[in-house]
Amino acid sequence: MTDRALVPRPRRLSAGLALRRNGAVLALAVLLAFNAAVTPYFLSPGTLNINLTQVAPIGIVAVAMTLVIATGGIDLSVGSLMAIAGALAPIVYAAALARFGSAGLGVALSIALPVLAAIALGWLNGAVITRYRIQPIVATLVLYIAGRGIAQVMTNGNVQSFAQPAFGFLGLGRILGVPFQALLMVAAVAAGAFALKRSLVGRQILAIGGNERAARLSGVPVVRVKRLVYALSGLASGVAGLITVAINSSSDANLVGSGMELDAIAAVAVGGTLLAGGRATVVGTLVGALIIQLVRTTLIANGVPDAAALVVKAALILGAVWIQRQGRS
Amino acid sequence: MPPLLSMRGVAKSFGAVAALTDASLDVARGEVHALIGQNGAGKSTLIKVLTGFHRGDAGTVSFDGAPFEASSPKDAQAKGIATIYQEVNLVGFRSVAENVCLGRRFSKLGLLDIGAMRAEARRLLARFGLDLDVRRPLDGFPIATQQMVAIARAIGFSSKLVVMDEPTSSLDDREVESLFAVIRGLKADGVSTVFVSHKLDELYAVCDRVTIMRDGATVRSGSMAEIPKLDLVATMLGRDLKAVAQGGTTGFGAKGGGARRPVVEARNLFRAPLVSDVSFAVGAGEIVGLSGLLGSGRTESVRLLFGADRAEGGSMALDGRAFAPAEPRDAIAAGLGFCTEDRKREGIVPDLSVRENMTLALMPRLTAAGIVDGKRQRDIVDRFVRRLGIRCSSPEQPIRELSGGNQQKVLLARWLCTDPKLLILDEPTRGIDVGAKGEIQALIRELAEGGLAVLMVSSEIEEIVEGADRAAVLRDGRTVAALAGDELTEERVIDAMAHGSTGSAPC
Repeated sequence: MTDRALVPRPRRLSAGLALRRNGAVLALAVLLAFNAAVTPYFLSPGTLNINLTQVAPIGIVAVAMTLVIATGGIDLSVGSLMAIAGALAPIVYAAALARFGSAGLGVALSIALPVLAAIALGWLNGAVITRYRIQPIVATLVLYIAGRGIAQVMTNGNVQSFAQPAFGFLGLGRILGVPFQALLMVAAVAAGAFALKRSLVGRQILAIGGNERAARLSGVPVVRVKRLVYALSGLASGVAGLITVAINSSSDANLVGSGMELDAIAAVAVGGTLLAGGRATVVGTLVGALIIQLVRTTLIANGVPDAAALVVKAALILGAVWIQRQGRS
Repeated sequence: MPPLLSMRGVAKSFGAVAALTDASLDVARGEVHALIGQNGAGKSTLIKVLTGFHRGDAGTVSFDGAPFEASSPKDAQAKGIATIYQEVNLVGFRSVAENVCLGRRFSKLGLLDIGAMRAEARRLLARFGLDLDVRRPLDGFPIATQQMVAIARAIGFSSKLVVMDEPTSSLDDREVESLFAVIRGLKADGVSTVFVSHKLDELYAVCDRVTIMRDGATVRSGSMAEIPKLDLVATMLGRDLKAVAQGGTTGFGAKGGGARRPVVEARNLFRAPLVSDVSFAVGAGEIVGLSGLLGSGRTESVRLLFGADRAEGGSMALDGRAFAPAEPRDAIAAGLGFCTEDRKREGIVPDLSVRENMTLALMPRLTAAGIVDGKRQRDIVDRFVRRLGIRCSSPEQPIRELSGGNQQKVLLARWLCTDPKLLILDEPTRGIDVGAKGEIQALIRELAEGGLAVLMVSSEIEEIVEGADRAAVLRDGRTVAALAGDELTEERVIDAMAHGSTGSAPC
């Protein structure tokens, strides 16, 4: 560890860095161009809107996942938290309507309470990780498994129909022709990117992921920051769960958020965030989420079965990790 | 009779860094041989060359009357040299019997012969007077017992030489005694032991002969009985007792005046296993040195003061008021700063910029409504980059690309910009080139003259003697001497390290 400052960095390394920075954007551009040329009606407003509608839950969850991964952690429970929030919403609405007789209050509560529950469970993940020093992948695996079970028990395994028009705005509403949840996603990305770059907590998140012991010795409240990022992950999952229920006008504890943890982690990895923590880009994550959505669209629109799309997704993640390794000395 | 083991002129380099230049080690049959030296003297490298972990660049090794070369630790073990490390390298959740027999074949018809393994384990452990339930998992036993199991396993390979690398660092007094009994038992059976430890009393209690290493070479070897403690320590540190250098080899310059109002006071600090009874005080505008051999509890003591670990006993006071930080955050809020000895693992956040690393501790105070004030941050960073002469292409350069000396300056600035009352420096000049070293030492003196209280841990005696106004010397976790003024000489410090004499100055 002597004078490395004077040694010019090898060229291959800077090429790797450029690839890591721009590889995802390049892939997105290629996918867009390919689809514009090949996929029928790709550029029609209808298709674009469907894509935006579908990518929003992934994007929202992935932004929070970026922060979790930036601390050196991971959250496998996001899909199950979505299912819990989704299962709670119709139950809360029905109970509130029966008790207060007000649809407005019912909708407000059916949004607020499920999201609060998801935040609390996310915070619990963080508490278990920090209090008992359990590896995040194990700690959140508990809720990944138990969470969906809880959601199914709450609903007796039934699909709940939930076609409340005001609630439905979350998944079906438009503002100036743009799906409401897409705007929510953009807001989440903007807030996440700004917070990571400029806020105290954002910088402390990166310090913890980069060197936790040094961060603690510099007075960073490691425990508090970690609990916060898992609570934020819960918040994002809760909102994403409600959006999914709103899109479908029904809540199926079996399906809401199923596989979301992998989509979100893939979006973060493809976007260029270091999975070991300490280096993260929220905007990159948005690009990653868009890529994953577009790959799915491309394959389905061109007649490739959904199962094969999973293989391509896996290949994408491998590619992203490979590119990350190129950038490291 | 030729010695059992003879290593001559062993050299080993890693890249451009020479870890061993001219090391030799002779161990007779049935002898307990101490191997000592400071951090970086090359003990571990020498052992790793012997056990085949590294391949030596030069030198000859003969063992049991024939030239010896091991291709791996496993190979060395098969040839009769077993190594027992500080951390027990066994499989904790498997049974004692399985661990004792690990790496040997006990099979019948392709299946493990568990009965034979248990019998073998009981037979070997009985030699140490141990009667364990060998079916129980190893990690249910105390560390000392686990170490015995590791030794039993080594004997099971019919070892002729057992190398023990700091085997006592996690043992209590009684456990150390039973380990010594085992070593004496081995000796009676004609098995030799190489014993690496920093605890002088232990060495004198159990070892026959000693080899002293310094800077990658063997500087002396002889019978323990012929080398007094003081001589041993002086040789190890490379200090000539008769001709202690006059004038400065360090960059500290002239010393400050007498004792002042204490900023911080620590009394009878205790935290098992390394801190037993440590006391010191630091006044505004003075540099107090904390000296002691490796493993004497220096770093562990200052970590208590900074809240990095919790004290289990004793008391601390800051500005005359009781002080018990639960977390480093509390200590920082109270006006303390702590530069760790391990820059890489506890200091820098490698991927973050010089700017962010420097302001990591200060950042909460640069924050309004959760957002960091970027302009103030840059102003402060620019000021300290200029003041400390930090060489970087820009404050936005990742800190991992800087040299060790410049990284250290950034970490110093991390604390200086918080305007602390007390700065704790743990090995402030370790691993830094000579030029930067002098600059940092001069800076420390300048800061003290400006009224800062400095507590400086150093394993370099001249840094303590020339740099500090007063010094406390630790030995086996206890403050054994408090030296000030004319008493603060290399001789007195070395004497305290070796024997534990007490000086007269209040410290």
